[in-house]
Amino acid sequence: MKKALSFLETTIGKKVVMALSGLVLFGFVIAHMLGNLQVLMGPEVFNAYAIGMHSLPAPIFWGGRAVILIAFVLHVTMALQLVTRTAAARPVPYTKKKNERTTYAALTMKMSGLTLLFFVLYHLAHFTFPGVAMGAYEHLGYTQVYSNFVNGFSIPWVTALYVAAMISLGFHLYHGSFSLFQTLGLVHPKRNHIIKGAAQIVALTVTTGNIILPLSVTFGLVS
Amino acid sequence: MSKTLNLVLHIWRQKNRDSRGGFVRYEISDVSEHSSFLEMLDQLNEQLIARGEEPVAFDHDCREGICGACGMVINGEPHGPQKLTTTCQLHMRKFKSGDELYLEPFRAQAFPVIRDLIVDRAPLDRIVQAGGFIGARTGSAPDANSILVPKENADRAMDAAACIGCGACVAACPNASAMLFTAAKAGHLNLLPQGQPERTARVLNMVSQMDSEGFGHCTNHFECMEACPKGIDVDFIAKLNRDYLRANVESREVNSSDNSAG
Ligand code: HEM
Ligand code: SF4
Ligand code: FES
Repeated sequence: MKKALSFLETTIGKKVVMALSGLVLFGFVIAHMLGNLQVLMGPEVFNAYAIGMHSLPAPIFWGGRAVILIAFVLHVTMALQLVTRTAAARPVPYTKKKNERTTYAALTMKMSGLTLLFFVLYHLAHFTFPGVAMGAYEHLGYTQVYSNFVNGFSIPWVTALYVAAMISLGFHLYHGSFSLFQTLGLVHPKRNHIIKGAAQIVALTVTTGNIILPLSVTFGLVS
Repeated sequence: MSKTLNLVLHIWRQKNRDSRGGFVRYEISDVSEHSSFLEMLDQLNEQLIARGEEPVAFDHDCREGICGACGMVINGEPHGPQKLTTTCQLHMRKFKSGDELYLEPFRAQAFPVIRDLIVDRAPLDRIVQAGGFIGARTGSAPDANSILVPKENADRAMDAAACIGCGACVAACPNASAMLFTAAKAGHLNLLPQGQPERTARVLNMVSQMDSEGFGHCTNHFECMEACPKGIDVDFIAKLNRDYLRANVESREVNSSDNSAG
């Protein structure tokens, strides 16, 4: 009898890594949103928050960034491996196929994921790496994060791009937030409606919260 | 007198594994609403034979919904439009005269077409051979209550054991994943006391075999559960995920490539 595949060689193993890294990214996205919503409280609060983040002890600051980076890399790597594998699983497509239960969000995870990948690269270039600030505005460094925020989102196409990306995030999390519990086996028929409801409310909150951010500049709430 | 139907059928015809298939259009009239779907195809085949044409090949055996041999995709639905029903138990009264039906084989890389609507589902057998059994000889039926099984476990094990291995779950899945089948077969034995000694090796080996057969991965669309004629619940997939995680933690205790306990 041949040797069993190792954990990371199986689709379940890869999916567990996706679910755990997805959970880390989910946590990050929530924290990131809560942090940034402080922009609504004015320049003093928001700039102080940015400076506070950067004056965290180095192991926490860089350790945190490392965890997020590793989760992101693992998530994308597993996604690519699984998606390419499964692309070969049905070489002759159906002429007629009815889907009776799945959702638009579930069927487009690949697309929403890919959108997020490009968005994250753009987003880092936009706000994080000084000098590459994409979008024609003056990047002033993290101590002036409030001005960067206002400058950045004064450009309509930038705002539009962020809103579109956050809608993708919404779809990605709408499916992913419950899916990860199923993947990790942390479901129970009697509790599923609660898990699903809670997961999707959080997904919706993250999306709405993040869409408010760029629109707050458009509508002059932040200037 | 019972009502009859006239139908237009578009049937996937394919000579063998290597040839290219395509749809052929047939018209059939005077189909009794009481006939089963397979009887309707028998009727068509009699006409084809009378005309000197090749009859349509389709799989079937018991024709009473218990063997798992039959199955095709009818207008986009594996086993057709009626829930919890195999193709052989589907009746023509579910259709209207004038309906136009597309009949396709279960489509998956792992299920090559043998002929027309018949596919090779041997990968499912190999998944069972990898661990979907109990290795020890158990002799004749034990005395009642000599091995205690909690009622809830017995019920759930029976739910899982209802799987007839038809492969409709693979056919319905947008990823052509065999997770529901594998989850049912592993879950059934993992819930019972007799299944415990080999639990770890069973899960590791069955999952390995499933992934070696070229099925896609599960992305929790849950289409399988809608198509399953036996109502196997996706909760068994969550259980398989759980058992697989646990088996990896416990795998130091077993030689995972050796699954014969006795
Ligand atoms: C903000 C970043 C992201 C978050 C919070 C996130 C979150 C998640 C979560 C929670 C899951 C569910 C895991 C499961 O079903 O067990 C998931 C699945 C997935 N993610 Fe992401 N993800 C992110 C970025 C990405 C990126 C950049 C890609 C691709 C390049 C991607 C591709 C996928 C794919 C393909 C799936 C599997 C879809 C499926 O199972 O149907 N994700 N993601
Ligand atoms: S789980 Fe259901 S659909 Fe899949 S093989 Fe078993 S009986 Fe058929
Ligand atoms: S022929 Fe046996 S289940 Fe349909």
